[in-house]
Amino acid sequence: MTAVTTDSPEAYEAVFDAAVAADERIEPRDWMPDAYRATLVRQIAQHAHSEIIGMQPEANWITRAPSLRRKAILMAKVQDEAGHGLYLYSAAETLGTGRDELLDKLHTGRQKYSSIFNYPTLTWADVGAIGWLVDGAAITNQVPLCRCSYGPYARAMVRICKEESFHQRQGYEALLALSNGTPAQHAMAQDAVDRWWWPSLMMFGPPDDESAHSAQSMAWKIKRHSNDELRQRFVDICVPQAESLGLTLPDPDLRWNEERGHYDFGVIDWEEFRQVLKGNGPCNEQRITQRRRAHEEGAWVREAAAAYAAKHATNGTHSKTGTTGENGTTGENGEATA
Amino acid sequence: MVLSHRLGEWAGHAPVLEEEVALANIALDLLGQARVLLSLVGDEDELAFLREERAFRNVQLVEQPNGDFAHTIARQLYFSTYQRLLYGRLSADGGHGDLTGLAAKAVKEVAYHQDHAEQWTLRLGDGTPESHERMQRACEALWRFTGELFQPVEGVDVDWRELESDWLASVSAVLERATLSLPEGPRNTAWSAGAGRQGVHTESFGRMLAEMQHLHRSHPGASW
Repeated sequence: MTAVTTDSPEAYEAVFDAAVAADERIEPRDWMPDAYRATLVRQIAQHAHSEIIGMQPEANWITRAPSLRRKAILMAKVQDEAGHGLYLYSAAETLGTGRDELLDKLHTGRQKYSSIFNYPTLTWADVGAIGWLVDGAAITNQVPLCRCSYGPYARAMVRICKEESFHQRQGYEALLALSNGTPAQHAMAQDAVDRWWWPSLMMFGPPDDESAHSAQSMAWKIKRHSNDELRQRFVDICVPQAESLGLTLPDPDLRWNEERGHYDFGVIDWEEFRQVLKGNGPCNEQRITQRRRAHEEGAWVREAAAAYAAKHATNGTHSKTGTTGENGTTGENGEATA
Repeated sequence: MVLSHRLGEWAGHAPVLEEEVALANIALDLLGQARVLLSLVGDEDELAFLREERAFRNVQLVEQPNGDFAHTIARQLYFSTYQRLLYGRLSADGGHGDLTGLAAKAVKEVAYHQDHAEQWTLRLGDGTPESHERMQRACEALWRFTGELFQPVEGVDVDWRELESDWLASVSAVLERATLSLPEGPRNTAWSAGAGRQGVHTESFGRMLAEMQHLHRSHPGASW
């Protein structure tokens, strides 16, 4: 970058464009267009928020998990989600926005999280359905992000996708146990799949002709495939999996299309999608209220940690677990190297 | 198992994201230890989900509700310190059969739990006036459940008196560093000495079990 003179923004832009075109990674210290930075902050923050809001529907079942093994798996999963939130906030922080600011935007509704987490977990089988379908959709979306043009985000996604794939298999396996269990368990599994199928398809976002950010994100190689492409890929993967689970998908129009080499599927209820995005889903209010409450009720704890750190910074005592969230954690994905 | 369940209730409610990770991590370690212990005696799920309240042998300390973060930390400080001292002894002298192996693995985990609880006791005790007040109140509220930890347990051959005095020394030192005073009240209530070990619990425990066991009990004989 030193070869570029400061009075030539076009030159900076040319270097950036060339790097993107050559599939090179953009790193935190590199020049980047303001709009690229803003898009990434929005997307990574939304992704981080989804991880932490996404803890709620599953944590709802930790205290009621039906066996100790399932309880351990679920706890580990929710713990991983908190960890994913941490990686992602760190990645967002490399773009110059602090975690506190992002959380504030979440709490005040100025930044969003994935629409899927506004649906309730009504039975134990929902935990399995979330693992299979919701994590499955997330992986379909996120694997291409491992090649995203922004280095810290791409590296966070590599780690996250590994763990997500593991959760997805566990979700599938939990659902399989139910499907092969008693009639009541089988019915519970089918009911959960019936309720989670369409919301999972909505996770890929609006159809291509209505997707506001898609074209630019693809040009910048933040996104690699369109919403509809990824959605189709997901449906194609799920149909045979549903068959081997012994469960049906709630779509009368779902059938193999020999000509296209893909499954055709029914029309998504986009009005429902818009309502959920607008805050009118079944759990929007509950999710954000719980998040805000946790944050507000934890304020005295964060203040105590900060006060303690300040007192002990002056006399050279260093608290070795001083992770109070004020500075975030700079994990390997959050560093400007590599 | 009971303390793990209580910590699991924090998921999604912790004051900071790092504590979501830490509390879940501790809960998972404890659940892992519980599963090994229960499996030594019988079927882990049968023991966890099909016993009635009066058949549970946990100490009353671990069934205490989470309260605020200070209560959770005080409970953890008291219990992790006890576990670390107990497992340290069990793993060191090697004469406890299956328990020795469990203790050898668990002692590393509970050392981390104790460190975590100590760090937070220091931060809360020596943080702001509000956090100091809350931490002091929490330490006092749970104090009366600490005597039970040192009631001799059949088949566990350790010097309980020595364990107790080591525990008191360790907890006192941490509270002092945290600018907190050692609670003065009794460490047992009128008829609670050893009560949890005899299946006599506090009122909130039944409700906790109702929630924990409901699904499992609703599907008799099902596997998950």
